[in-house]
Amino acid sequence: MKITVDEEKCCGAGQCVLIAPEVFDQRDDDGIVVLLEAEPAAEHQDVVRESASVCPAAAIHLDEKA
Amino acid sequence: MTTHPVPTDTTAIPDFPAPRSASCPFAPSPQMRALADGGPVSRVRSWGGSTPWVVTGHAEQKALLADPRLSVDFANPGFPSPVDPQYSHPHARPDLSFVGMDDVEHARLRRMISGTFTIKRVEAMRPGIQRMTDTFIDEMLDGPKPVDLVQALALPLPSLVISELLGVPYADHEFFQTNSKTLVSAVATGEQRQTAHAALSQYLDGLIGEKIAEPGDDLLSKLGRHVEAGELTRREAATMGVLLLLGGHETTANMISLGTLLLLQHPEQLAAIRDAEDQHVVVDSVEELLRYLSIVHLGRRRTAVEDIEIAGKTISAGEGVILLGELANRDPLVFEDPDRLDITRNARQHQAFGGGTHHCIGQPLARLELQVLYPTLFRRIPTLRAAVPLEETRFKYDAVIYGLHELPVTW
Ligand code: HEM
Ligand code: SF4
Repeated sequence: MKITVDEEKCCGAGQCVLIAPEVFDQRDDDGIVVLLEAEPAAEHQDVVRESASVCPAAAIHLDEKA
Repeated sequence: MTTHPVPTDTTAIPDFPAPRSASCPFAPSPQMRALADGGPVSRVRSWGGSTPWVVTGHAEQKALLADPRLSVDFANPGFPSPVDPQYSHPHARPDLSFVGMDDVEHARLRRMISGTFTIKRVEAMRPGIQRMTDTFIDEMLDGPKPVDLVQALALPLPSLVISELLGVPYADHEFFQTNSKTLVSAVATGEQRQTAHAALSQYLDGLIGEKIAEPGDDLLSKLGRHVEAGELTRREAATMGVLLLLGGHETTANMISLGTLLLLQHPEQLAAIRDAEDQHVVVDSVEELLRYLSIVHLGRRRTAVEDIEIAGKTISAGEGVILLGELANRDPLVFEDPDRLDITRNARQHQAFGGGTHHCIGQPLARLELQVLYPTLFRRIPTLRAAVPLEETRFKYDAVIYGLHELPVTW
């Protein structure tokens, strides 16, 4: 799995940080998403999928085949 | 369903807004529910014969809220006004900073302050919010009963939290609470709303002046620094302050009072929150209450700036679009048995905070306040009960933000 995030779209809601703190963080100055692991370990992939589906800005894209 | 003579053809469209049923004050309007059952995107008839689109489906709302082809600018001619023009001067809607602006300008302003609301910074406020909650409950327990929970707890807690965050003296709470209530009332006249907005802007402008002279580590001081740096005008800073002060207390206060009343109707779920040892129980409960109550009702308001194809319909450029969160949050395709309150379900997909670029900036803070408040209230006052029957409770049918005018309680 390969993750990309769209910093322009991200509204800094931090839902991803709550659900998958191992994979996502937020920039200190404006709360915009920081991707910690672009290729998450197998045990984190479920929470990454939930983050992508809950993200209110549709800013998290997953390539499942990568 | 409509007050017009009922035409027999299928082009009959329902009136909007449509009232909730008084016998079911926690449920969305039955007419809008019927509309939602007919499809996710439909037309309604609104003020002055306008026929904006109403979006009731969850997937469709999620897509549209994140779609830059919808504008929030209320100066667009097709903008579906949330208040009857008889209560408002055309285009005299008070300036509420970036909530009424489109990107790039919206993002420029919003990102000046969004760092304050990161999960980590908000989480650091938990002990302070717990202390404030306990203090207000102490005062409640020391005072006479019955007492109005809205005045004793629901309004004071979020007002104090946002006052401290912004650097607004809490002693002025009556002034800003009263004017904020007028701003979100759907029955105040346009003039009353303008007066309330002017009073609040002037007040915040004065405070920002003080912060520029003597900065602290609060949000208004931060805005003051942006003014000094020439990145923000004094007026922009003041209206941003009004937006945060208003958004920071009216909404959360209504969630507290309405959520408490709803849980009092569901004693077994209230007990589960009260007795929860696992914080996840509380977290999930708050999400379910946000979903179920969807207090920012009557819709996100937008105008299409390009043609949009959605769910087999074409929303033409220039047409108004109303996204009804209270229906999206009860979409059976996403939430099983949606009219049932179930604090154990996973409700995280709800859109009670909107979505897309205008997704509520204060949501981590609102969630934290609710996560502290409900269990603390029910633990400290386990015999809490409403002091008047449900039929006599005054619901805010007449406000952009749904809730309770007052909630007399005793124990
Ligand atoms: C339970 C409480 C709350 C609810 C249900 C709520 C709901 C919402 C909703 C639905 C929107 C989207 C408006 C739109 O798309 O047109 C919004 C935006 C906003 N909210 Fe909240 N809110 C709550 C608490 C707060 C708090 C505590 C604050 C301040 C600290 C706040 C500040 C804002 C601001 C500034 C916006 C505008 C965001 C933007 O346009 O980018 N809200 N809120
Ligand atoms: S959930 Fe989405 S909008 Fe929120 S911080 Fe993460 S990427 Fe950004």
